[in-house]
Amino acid sequence: MSVWSSLVGSVVEAAQELRIHRTRVLLSLIGVAVAVCAISSVVGLGAIAEQAMREQNEKNGGRAATLYASAYSSDGAVLDMVDVSAAFDAAATRYSIDYTSRNAYAQQSVQYADGTSVVDTTLVDIDYGTMHRVDVTEGSWFTDLDTRRLAPALVINSTVYQRLGSPDLSTHPTLQLNADTDVVGVIVGVTHRAYEEGYESMYILADAYTAVASPEALSQVSPNYELWVPEDASAELVPLLQRDIASALGEGVQVDVNRQDYGAYGEQDFFGPIRLLVGGVAALVLLLGALGLVNISLVTVRQRVREIGIRRSFGATAGRVFFAVMMESVVATLVAGVFGVAAAVAIVQNPTVQGWIGQGGITDTPAFPLDAAVLGLLAATAVGALAGLLPALVAVRVRVIDAIRF
Amino acid sequence: MRAVTTSILRLDGVTRTVELPDGAALDILRGVDLEVSVGDHVSIVGRSGSGKTTLLNLLGLLDKPTSGSIYFDGVSTDSLSSRSRDRTRGRHVGFIFQQFNLLAGRTALENVVTPLLYASGKQFWRREKLALEMLDRVGLGHRARSMPETLSGGEQQRVAIARALVRGPRLILADEPTGALDIETGATVMALLDDVAEQSGAALITITHDINVAALARRHYRLDRGVLSALAELGGAALGAAPGIASVVSPPAALLPSSAPKELAR
Repeated sequence: MSVWSSLVGSVVEAAQELRIHRTRVLLSLIGVAVAVCAISSVVGLGAIAEQAMREQNEKNGGRAATLYASAYSSDGAVLDMVDVSAAFDAAATRYSIDYTSRNAYAQQSVQYADGTSVVDTTLVDIDYGTMHRVDVTEGSWFTDLDTRRLAPALVINSTVYQRLGSPDLSTHPTLQLNADTDVVGVIVGVTHRAYEEGYESMYILADAYTAVASPEALSQVSPNYELWVPEDASAELVPLLQRDIASALGEGVQVDVNRQDYGAYGEQDFFGPIRLLVGGVAALVLLLGALGLVNISLVTVRQRVREIGIRRSFGATAGRVFFAVMMESVVATLVAGVFGVAAAVAIVQNPTVQGWIGQGGITDTPAFPLDAAVLGLLAATAVGALAGLLPALVAVRVRVIDAIRF
Repeated sequence: MRAVTTSILRLDGVTRTVELPDGAALDILRGVDLEVSVGDHVSIVGRSGSGKTTLLNLLGLLDKPTSGSIYFDGVSTDSLSSRSRDRTRGRHVGFIFQQFNLLAGRTALENVVTPLLYASGKQFWRREKLALEMLDRVGLGHRARSMPETLSGGEQQRVAIARALVRGPRLILADEPTGALDIETGATVMALLDDVAEQSGAALITITHDINVAALARRHYRLDRGVLSALAELGGAALGAAPGIASVVSPPAALLPSSAPKELAR
């Protein structure tokens, strides 16, 4: 018998079996479909939770891999921010690093209608918004156009915004900086971070700040620089950047470059424990589904003893009977797996579920992970093969004439 | 004795012994000799418990003898692997059962296709066409898409005959083929079986209680307490005679209910 006709024959047989026993098959497969749905959903939702956690980390430390470069003079003298920026930029250009931003902190006094206040101000470049996934809830993050403004553009946080009376941004609301100097900033965007409630902060473009800040204020600012580089190149780039920036700034200036994103802390796999937990739960769910299937298959194969006997009498070899029972189980669970994965996609891609898992902190919602789908289908096939094994062994041991004569 | 070349199946001093739970040995078949050749129609009659099921198992290569040899096409089956025996059975033996044993939930056509699923080449790829032709031959071409439960007993047995013959077997084993049919239908079905078997040149072995069915065969055997003996003549006064005499067979069909008690499983 040729392998091909044997294989096709087995598939035809299995398909026929499934058609005839569809109610039974349906019942037993609901369990598998649910298990596969669970395992795929758990992996898919795990990916969302992971993404939420990653984004949270990226908001703080930047995306992987973000290098943090700082320069300070050994004798404590104030470095000129323009010189330092030029050295940083030259280094970034040399290594074709597209995303860079200055990152410095300043205390900026502002004048509200009801008094003055000191606001924590972050001096940034436009790329900072992308590198730190800054959530702008009103208006927008800085654009190239903002660099041309005469009045500095500001992205304020919600606390400052509320204190201003939440004005409509299309009316170009302003905020008076430096109560004593009449410098006015234009608010272009508002950010919101839950834990900043009651705490006043804002972003300003570093160049705009250097233009409007007093020399005293500038002397307080230590210029730092962030570079978003490919993760696998980060280790290599650290000493190169350090060397280049240091040599550009000359003697007496200390330059530090180090990785600061979440990836810098994780020894191996930052999300390993989460994956382990999720995987464990999924495996348990699948095991329960498999047990249910084995149970049903074993009971039903006994009801099919006569049929198996008839097939044996017409020349079905033991191997063929084994394969047919096995195939039936595998084909059926694979179909159940497809349904399970489809249901999982529907669950995981549901916006409500995503909001619940991501705690609203996700900007880049991950697509349904392919590995979750593949895992679901593989798991279904494996369960089918395992659950088919016992009944297939029972089927092979059927005594033909005894089975037929009863 | 026929020439070896035309012999399909030959049993040579075949015995079958089973061990009882208490360790004692029970002889079910004793020194059975039988030769079946191309075109033969042989009947084997015997009471319940005479060893018919065991003999059927051996004839259909479903079991191995305790001693003695079974030759299929002149080749000893003693050394064949179970896979080869399955293959030989599929290719060369067609079974017809008392209870028809059509597969439930499949149409008549699907039932007839079943044996071809284990074939290869042309037989496999043209299985539907072959099955339809076979159904036509038993006069059921128009019922090809019918489910077994919608067919009459006689029609079901004709589907079973088509199924047994669709691979063109060289040996047909009919186990109480009319046991579940009324006398008239049984006669029609037997005539058809005899006819189709003869046309295809297959040997037919009928195992039956029914003397009328046995009468259709050209050679007759009787199985009694594991001993197979040839009958020179069937029917007449010999039917009622005491067991142990060579010319004696089981009671006439008219005295037996159409669904005779099933043989005890061994």
